[in-house]
Amino acid sequence: MADFAAIYRAEARPVLATLIRLLGGFDLAEEALHDAWLAALDQWPREGVPRNPRSWLVSTGRFKAIDKLRRKARFDRSQDELILRMDVPDEPFEVEPQTIVDDQLRLIFTCCHPALAPDAQVALTLREIAGLTTEDIAAAYLTKPTTIAQRIVRAKAKIRDARIPYEVPEPAELADRLETVLHVLYLIFNAGYSAPSGLVPLRTDLSSEAIRLMRLVNDLIDEPDAKGLLALMLLNDARRDARLDVAGELVPLDEQDRARWNRPQIDEGAALVAQIFAERRLGAYSIQAAIAAEHGQSATAEATDWQRIVSLYDLLLRLEPSPIVDLNRAVAVAMAHGPEVGLAIVDRIDADGSLSQFHLLHATRADLLRRAGRTHEARTAYAEAIALSQQEAERRFLQRRLNGLPS
Amino acid sequence: MRYLCLVCFDGNELNTIDAETWKQCQVDSAAYDEKLLRSGHMVHAEALQSIETATTVRVRNGKLSATDGPFAETKEQVAGFILIEAADLNEAIRIAGGIPLARIGSVEVRPVMDFKSGLG
Repeated sequence: MADFAAIYRAEARPVLATLIRLLGGFDLAEEALHDAWLAALDQWPREGVPRNPRSWLVSTGRFKAIDKLRRKARFDRSQDELILRMDVPDEPFEVEPQTIVDDQLRLIFTCCHPALAPDAQVALTLREIAGLTTEDIAAAYLTKPTTIAQRIVRAKAKIRDARIPYEVPEPAELADRLETVLHVLYLIFNAGYSAPSGLVPLRTDLSSEAIRLMRLVNDLIDEPDAKGLLALMLLNDARRDARLDVAGELVPLDEQDRARWNRPQIDEGAALVAQIFAERRLGAYSIQAAIAAEHGQSATAEATDWQRIVSLYDLLLRLEPSPIVDLNRAVAVAMAHGPEVGLAIVDRIDADGSLSQFHLLHATRADLLRRAGRTHEARTAYAEAIALSQQEAERRFLQRRLNGLPS
Repeated sequence: MRYLCLVCFDGNELNTIDAETWKQCQVDSAAYDEKLLRSGHMVHAEALQSIETATTVRVRNGKLSATDGPFAETKEQVAGFILIEAADLNEAIRIAGGIPLARIGSVEVRPVMDFKSGLG
């Protein structure tokens, strides 16, 4: 007996993407997918799973939807035009694998359309493309399911009413629109990689889904920074298993067991970085990936080429000046030239004031003070970082560091 | 499908624009209207007089009141509109992005409600 649940998990989202294009709307397509699946559950156990379940589901779903519309049209003249527009052959058809991929990509661009609110872009992408439930999304973003549901309903209404097309933008607009897509996928990855707050530090399903979608984008669009973001995701995700110890506590980079890093994934990410640097079209994601590759390829924390990491941060700062990048650079400088040099930079950033409520500023200062042997000041800084951190695992980590200071 | 492109300005910023830029914008605007007309995207366009000329009308409990000023007191003022015909929002955004005044102010793109199609 075939594993129907597994088939559904693998096929539901791609099939939905194609149905949305064919039927021209989310609601109709979702209903169609549901009807097709009910038909499959009825037919497949008796007749066997079709050779190409994906095509079968698309054909059946489309047929069911149109059948429904025809029946409705008998009562409502206005449906005529819709059915005419669909121009349907009734016989089943084969769906090319490439069509499915293209449809998913179209759907990603639709869900990440800049005319939708940023919150709605994320929620819609997670719901429609990744197939997460509203409850899952709410849990990942610490929001109520009703809020997420509302966002999705509003976004779908705008797509329908303002007529946001299901299409990959034309080349002239692609760069702009791709930026939004990359940003949304990056947010999704990060929600899985380091949940901003809450009890669970990792949501690996979100990271894995973001990586899958990034591969999809890269298969169709040759854009250096898209490659860079994929590399960044692969390299960060490769350290996933080593970031938590057996008790589920956070382990900092320099203390991680590097044998537990995912080597093939690091190699894949590093190869992408090498490709991008050879093409010499660097974006912010690519530079961050290069930094991650530097870490990933070092045998130990001490063997890391910190000077090169500092140079990469310099490059990143020129491209996208931000106090957070500046803060990360300070950490690398401290590794290359000692904690006091790093502290001077952190103090300069702190004086600017924009990060004064950011727990990582205080955590960074605390760590540098600790390494500089300035125990008393480190104590105060750790306490500040703990007070500002929103995430339990991180708070516990900082508390352990605070407890470990010599008295 | 029809979209209304509402051209809005920040009144204060408008005063800081030099005469040459302003003149160029007028010339470009006329040319762009002409272009949209030829491509079949133009339905209708008008520039509006300043908000000092605006009067807001309400009827409450059957009583009409007319008050001085625009409906909403904001920094942004509606200065004109272009009603366009576009296939979808992406085309509408493309057209709105070409409006020369978008370089000075902003353009709000609103789909026009279609009561005939019954698809909504």
